[in-house]
Amino acid sequence: MRVFVWLTIVTALRVLARNRLRAGLTMLGIVIGVGAVIAMVSIGEGAKQAVQKQIATMGTNVIMIWPTATSVGGVRGAQGGAITLTVMDAMDLKKKIPVLTDTGWMKRDVLQIVNGHRNGNSPVYGVSPSYLSIRDWTVSRGGPFTQADMESAALVALLGQSVVDELFDQGEEPLGAIIRIRNVPLRVIGVLSSKGQNTYGQDQDDVVFIPFTTAERKVLGTLFLGSVGGIYGTTDRAEDMPEAVELIREVMRARHRLQGDQPDDFTIRTQVDLAQVQEGTGQTLTVMLMAIASVSLLVGGIGIMNILLVSVTERTREIGVRMAVGAKRTHILIQFLIEALTLSVVGGCIGILFGVLSARLTTVIAGWPTIISGDTVAAAFGFSVAVGLFFGLYPANKAARLNPIEALRYE
Amino acid sequence: MSTLIRCEDLWKIYRVGDVEVQALRGLNLTIQRGEFVAIMGSSGSGKSTLMSILGCLDQPTKGQYRLNGIDVGQARSDQLAEIRNQQIGFVFQSFNLIPRTSALENAQLPLFYRGVPLKEQRALASAALARVGLQGREHHAPTQLSGGQQQRVAIARALVTVPSLLLADEPTGNLDTQSSQDIMGILDGLNREGITVILVTHELDIAAYASRQITIKDGQILSDHTSEGRLPVEGA
Ligand SMILES: Nc1ncnc2c1ncn2[C@@H]1O[C@H](COP(=O)(O)OP(=O)(O)OP(=O)(O)O)[C@@H](O)[C@H]1O
Ligand SMILES: [Mg+2]
Repeated sequence: MRVFVWLTIVTALRVLARNRLRAGLTMLGIVIGVGAVIAMVSIGEGAKQAVQKQIATMGTNVIMIWPTATSVGGVRGAQGGAITLTVMDAMDLKKKIPVLTDTGWMKRDVLQIVNGHRNGNSPVYGVSPSYLSIRDWTVSRGGPFTQADMESAALVALLGQSVVDELFDQGEEPLGAIIRIRNVPLRVIGVLSSKGQNTYGQDQDDVVFIPFTTAERKVLGTLFLGSVGGIYGTTDRAEDMPEAVELIREVMRARHRLQGDQPDDFTIRTQVDLAQVQEGTGQTLTVMLMAIASVSLLVGGIGIMNILLVSVTERTREIGVRMAVGAKRTHILIQFLIEALTLSVVGGCIGILFGVLSARLTTVIAGWPTIISGDTVAAAFGFSVAVGLFFGLYPANKAARLNPIEALRYE
Repeated sequence: MSTLIRCEDLWKIYRVGDVEVQALRGLNLTIQRGEFVAIMGSSGSGKSTLMSILGCLDQPTKGQYRLNGIDVGQARSDQLAEIRNQQIGFVFQSFNLIPRTSALENAQLPLFYRGVPLKEQRALASAALARVGLQGREHHAPTQLSGGQQQRVAIARALVTVPSLLLADEPTGNLDTQSSQDIMGILDGLNREGITVILVTHELDIAAYASRQITIKDGQILSDHTSEGRLPVEGA
């Protein structure tokens, strides 16, 4: 049987080489289908990894709590205004929920930053020191601010790389410089490590951090002392996240004295939630491309089936001769299956080549990240084998079922 | 001398639409090992039908056909394929070589389905081609050979497995006198080596090569003569 299969493959390749144009046209569907699968999966994987990388820049195991603006009907009235989160909330959460290893808080506004004759608008964040560690902000030069800075509402600031680039000349030393926000002089004590763009394409390095107390008392101002724009919590282990979220909800509802059917006056989100939103859009794209790929594979498979049916008819006498000298039905079946497989596998390999090439081109031309994994290539190869087998089976079976004497007499 | 073929009350009925064609009508025939038989008869008398049944390409509608004691009428398609491969060589009027495939590969074909190692296939096929006088033509495609040469490739293909039975349905029907004589010389030689040969022909001088002449009419045997001069070879 080994000899038989091997020689049959050689024969099939010879038949293929003899009818290059016909074989090429037949394989086109498979080439396009497999090429599309490869290109699609590698672009999808690349995008997914990029998203995950960006989400990781938010810090690890981060839980975000935002105030929810009072409902339009104005029925809810416990706190009255739109701002419903406080520093006390954040501290109480940390105290009451053991898995929550730390909490931080912030408030922000977009303000004009002035350095001598240069100025620009950037988001200014008043944050607790813990916020920086939770969000994974590190200082590349200088130092972060301390608990003492926090207590004394020190006039200090940390600048993101983009702010430094905008406000300082090339080679000018930002550390120790005095910048002004709303005419309040602040000493630059550190420059933050760059994080790049976030998943929405915003520049995360366009940011100024100042101590929370400084922000609320001297720079941003406040409605009442202790109101915050957002609370951030973190857990040591990713598995603790769902539990932490539940506990946060309970504690917050109790603190805000919300009755049974009253809706939350805050929103809790985790990185996982954000990642899912991102992957969701990725998935729609993947589903669409998958549809295109399956249609191409289907068309390719039907093309193979068609050409094989033609071939079986053309070679009916040959089949009769083969049977006359002792070919069994399985021999004929395998012969035509191998011819179908040769078409689909050769087509598949060309398709893999095209797919890899177009993925590379996408990276080079559009700058999208792409990842070509061995698994993808193996799966694409598997697809072409499956298509060949599936669509080859009918014609091969038709050939194998021929009656030898009728096949020999076929004109 | 032992019996190779025994046909008893052999019927072959074709149905085309509502019409029934009785190609064989209760034919009885016994052929011994080593015989050289010529089958004659007018067109449509059932010669080819009989040959396809003898060659296990087709099965009788009724009656019994035993080849080497095996009841072929009861065999399934795979068993028939095996019998064709092991015991029978077939030569057709229209050569029936596989196109665009070399003489050597055509002659290899029965060995290929027998699962013989490639080297051995080539050696045996080369020897068979040499046996029919085609050494040096191994790599010619059918279109590069004359009709007589193509028929010799077909004979090489039939004899490469050393069958016990060689069937030839009008093997010289498409050939000129010289080629016909060459082919008959080869068949005669094979018969002298012990292979049972059955051939169908319309020509008396071709039938004269055989030791036994059978005439068929309307699917039955009309006459059956064994020549005095040329006795079948013993053994085989
Ligand atoms: N597949 C078939 N379907 C229907 N009828 C058939 C079939 N094959 C043969 N026949 C009929 O059976 C009869 C015998 O045919 P067969 O081919 O055996 O004749 P033959 O003796 O070989 O004739 P020839 O000398 O012309 O080759 C003919 O009447 C033919 O029409
Ligand atoms: Mg005939």
